[in-house]
Amino acid sequence: MSWMFLRIWTALVYLFLFLPIGVVMLLSFNANQFGSFPVTGLSFRWFFKLANNDAILRAFETSLLLGSLTAVISTTLGVLASLALVRYKVPGQNMISTLLIAPILVPEVVLAVALLLFLNALSINKSFFLLLMGHVIFTLPFVVLVVQARLVNIRRDVEEAAMSLGANPRQTFFQITLPLLAPAIFAGMLFAFTISFDDITGTLFWKPGGVETVPTQIFAMLRNSISPEINALGTVMIILTVGLPLLGIGIVRKMSTKSSE
Amino acid sequence: MSVVNLTNIVKRFGAFTAVHPMSLEIPEGSFITLLGPSGCGKTTTLRMIAGLLDPTEGDITIGGERVNELPIHKRNLGIVFQNYALFPHKTVAQNVAFGLKYRGVSKEESAKRVKAALELVQLPNVGDRYPAQLSGGQQQRIALARAIIIEPSVLLLDEPLSALDANLREDMRIELKRIQQQTGITTVFVTHDQSEALAMSDLVIVMSEGRVEQVGPPEEVYNNPASEFIARFLGTSNILDARCTEVSGDSITLDVSGMGAITLPKNRSRDVKEEEQVKLVIRAEKLNLLPQSAAADGRFAIEGLVETVDYQGQAARYFLRMGTTQLQAINMIETTPFSVGETVSIRVRPEDCVVLPGGTT
Repeated sequence: MSWMFLRIWTALVYLFLFLPIGVVMLLSFNANQFGSFPVTGLSFRWFFKLANNDAILRAFETSLLLGSLTAVISTTLGVLASLALVRYKVPGQNMISTLLIAPILVPEVVLAVALLLFLNALSINKSFFLLLMGHVIFTLPFVVLVVQARLVNIRRDVEEAAMSLGANPRQTFFQITLPLLAPAIFAGMLFAFTISFDDITGTLFWKPGGVETVPTQIFAMLRNSISPEINALGTVMIILTVGLPLLGIGIVRKMSTKSSE
Repeated sequence: MSVVNLTNIVKRFGAFTAVHPMSLEIPEGSFITLLGPSGCGKTTTLRMIAGLLDPTEGDITIGGERVNELPIHKRNLGIVFQNYALFPHKTVAQNVAFGLKYRGVSKEESAKRVKAALELVQLPNVGDRYPAQLSGGQQQRIALARAIIIEPSVLLLDEPLSALDANLREDMRIELKRIQQQTGITTVFVTHDQSEALAMSDLVIVMSEGRVEQVGPPEEVYNNPASEFIARFLGTSNILDARCTEVSGDSITLDVSGMGAITLPKNRSRDVKEEEQVKLVIRAEKLNLLPQSAAADGRFAIEGLVETVDYQGQAARYFLRMGTTQLQAINMIETTPFSVGETVSIRVRPEDCVVLPGGTT
């Protein structure tokens, strides 16, 4: 009896979570101008319309560029920081580690306002570069956490064995450490990309005038009217931000089963 | 000729001295063992030879060349680690061939040597597998093959058997010794396991608290322990307080607490003077138990009461009491072991005892 109740309750919770998303995806294929049930006909017209909307295409381009650059910079910095923190004795190690993770703990709005005020105080104008730096700040903790966790599990003696066999420290890094770290680096990169791609709070505060990312563009469009185009855009976003990490996890699994100990 | 020479090496970590001044010559082709409890400095010493730690003081030479400043990857060493340390993302063959890459060995030559090395460790058919697909014992063999394929000046073994289970450990011990003898590679072995050290080494170096306690072949270290520490660490020993009552010619007489007077050859002690407090060391297996009524046979004899019997199959360990003194004896069991409460005659040949300086007690 109680099991039955639990099952129904669970189903309701999931329904509450995913039904709106399902509706958005369903409506994006609706031929009708006004989102209403029953769906009156299957059509890709909103997707075509989307593909012809210059503002959205520009926003998409911006988001992709921003996400990719964030991923690359964040991962590079994160890997270097993790290597330093795990493999070497650095003065103030714990402090640095905490500071690197801190952006996760600080509410994003606070972080966004703080950075904005800081830039104002320095009388630096908002720019794409600063937007990028903002995104790096709050994706970095994810990369550091993932890479550090993996690095701790790579035994030091594996690297020592490579060196004893004649590999110098650089060769050891590229032959041993980096390949073993690859799944984590890859995962960190994906995290950074999707978080940056999804972000709206920080972006709203930091973006310079005229620059829109996909989320801020949707937000702007919603202020005027609810066009079914947004449903189509939502569907594309969902496929990107859900599909990409799933694909990533799949690849990481495959990479690490081969190298699991 | 010695391959590795340590001259007064010292290692300090801050205020803590891990290795006190230590000198050691490792002869070419020999199998030497650094033996001691954990924290005795044996691994620190090995890591200094390997170049994974820098000595605070002193010199290390390998093949006549001073290597203090030479980084590990230029020392031409083979190291086998406790946890195998195979490269998990490379196949067995790639693991074994790894060191050859940095020695300008051609592909064909490399493949040939990998094959030979895998045959030497009796795993000829696993080249295509990944380390995770092998058992612990197999992984350790691969680690060994990877280390010896580069024909290292010295092979360093850092507790290579301790991660294996008991039966496998004994097989690997014999295997390791066979491979070492076959290849003739100078080997330094680090272990805390006395039976491994005694079974495999040409020379045992017993260490304690960063100091070398004794250097010698296994039998000498076992039968002639130089200190109370070694007597306690290797095997089971009875260590009794005694006073030297007489030194004459080539024999000395001791008054042993709880056992009375015993006379033994002078070469069983180091320079003992009359009236000096000493320790008498008797190995548990040198104490031979006989029925109370057994006839005298020229050995030192005393009666004791069996307090506890620890039955071990082919042998038994007895805890014996004589007044306030307790002794341990390990004897083979011929028919039935002695039973608790029985009074037995304890015999020992005086030349099987060792006299050590007594210290303060």
